[in-house]
Amino acid sequence: MTGMQSLFRTALLDPESAAPAGLQDAQGNPATKRFDVYRNNVTVALTEALRTAFPVLVKLLGDQNFDQLARVFVRAHPPNSPLMMHYGEALPSFLDDFAPLAHIGYLSDVARLELALRKSYHAADPPSFDAARLGAVSPEALMASTFLLAAPVQLVPSRWPLVDIWRFNTVEGADKPRATPQSALITRAAFDPEPHALDPAQAAWLTQVKSGATLAQAQDTACASDPDFDLTTVLSLLIQHNAIADFTTPKE
Amino acid sequence: MLDATQDARRLPAAPGVGYKAQHFTDLRADPGPVKWLEIHAENYMGDGGRPHAQLRALRPDFAMSVHGVGLSIGGEDPLNTDHLTRLKTLVDWLEPASFSEHLAWSTHGAEFLDDLLPLPYTDATLTRVAEHIDQVQDVLGRQMLLENPSSYLAFEESTMSETEFLSELVRKTGCGMLLDVNNVFISATNLGYTPQGYLDTYPLSAVREIHVGGHAEDADEHGSPLLIDSHGCETADPVWALLEYALALTGPAPVLVEWDNDVPDWATLRAEADRAAQALTAHVSG
Repeated sequence: MTGMQSLFRTALLDPESAAPAGLQDAQGNPATKRFDVYRNNVTVALTEALRTAFPVLVKLLGDQNFDQLARVFVRAHPPNSPLMMHYGEALPSFLDDFAPLAHIGYLSDVARLELALRKSYHAADPPSFDAARLGAVSPEALMASTFLLAAPVQLVPSRWPLVDIWRFNTVEGADKPRATPQSALITRAAFDPEPHALDPAQAAWLTQVKSGATLAQAQDTACASDPDFDLTTVLSLLIQHNAIADFTTPKE
Repeated sequence: MLDATQDARRLPAAPGVGYKAQHFTDLRADPGPVKWLEIHAENYMGDGGRPHAQLRALRPDFAMSVHGVGLSIGGEDPLNTDHLTRLKTLVDWLEPASFSEHLAWSTHGAEFLDDLLPLPYTDATLTRVAEHIDQVQDVLGRQMLLENPSSYLAFEESTMSETEFLSELVRKTGCGMLLDVNNVFISATNLGYTPQGYLDTYPLSAVREIHVGGHAEDADEHGSPLLIDSHGCETADPVWALLEYALALTGPAPVLVEWDNDVPDWATLRAEADRAAQALTAHVSG
């Protein structure tokens, strides 16, 4: 008995290998085509899961190309957990090394964005945050504060116009992508995650804030990238979209 | 072994449907005969968001059944305890009337293959599956229902029939049965026995839920019929007939319509639930 499932698994994901021995139909014939039902089920189920998870990649590549990519990917990276909601985590780095598609440089960032949108969708609900609390502290105390962002908030750094590309392929009549780097900030006010474009200085600021830096430290990093960095713009974006869970002001 | 007589939780002996998020609004506006919903456990193992909010909104009006597809009860490996913990978290907050899983395996080593794969029926597999069911019932603190699989092939090494295997599991573990009559029809056709004969030897007194659903028709390389468990269309007429045969044996039971692929609009799924309601009524009055 031991080992039957290993043989099964190998044959399921390798179309070149024979069906395991000892499988039969009602007449005792070898069940070759019958085994292929399982083989087909596994490939179709995993490919469908990827199509559902990466709709913009499907649109960018076309159905046929995407299915070819999926066939190679599912054999190299079958799911490592029954939580199919997160399947495809290995796809961005797989795309980075996938020579046939290397000429479309932004594909892996699009995959990262689609993964982050799903993570945000399933994240814990954001707590209600009273923005008036921010106005109640002095500007000096605010700059010395650290922030806890709401669970659905995600940041996808990119040197491509990532949010424009995403919008162009999901929103009817959206403008063509501009030739400007955009990282994606994902927020979720209620249930639907929404990507927002951040310029490099804003992305550098948010990376700092997310990792627990004070607003003053984050401001320094952002200004090194862009002297005109405006704190109010990015802070109001976070407030407007329910992205702040809490903030901590040091005791005097 | 679990003493199921201590567990009063039951689904109503009425139609239920496999819940799909896109039916949320239409289902609430016009539930028809639907009294309970079955969810696939793994789709609700995130931390929050719309999936959880929908369940919280539906829970006051519908009894809930949590149906796992990822536990790999028939696996050669030990159960994934992280996954079992996630299941417990879900069952603890949703407090469903029922929890069920499949006689199948889907995980091997670190890999999840996203399909319900078959196992041979031997003393060794019986012992292992019984241990897995005991472990699930211990961790969840409740009875689980085990669903009979749809089979496309048989194992030369099997030493007992599927119904002998299932009956032994019920005896050893105290688990209940989820009788899928579509699976019975598929397996009987594919493996050349009569579905009625299968049902006559099934552990019927343990049945707590019945499934119907659609299948696709194909043939193998010898020209023998090969039915595929697709859950992508209406339930076939012979499966409805088999439901009535089963209900005559079990008495009134919760009947679920499964439709997981090419999911139709609510009206079409509701019509299937109406048909399940007719089968239940015919049984009560007949």
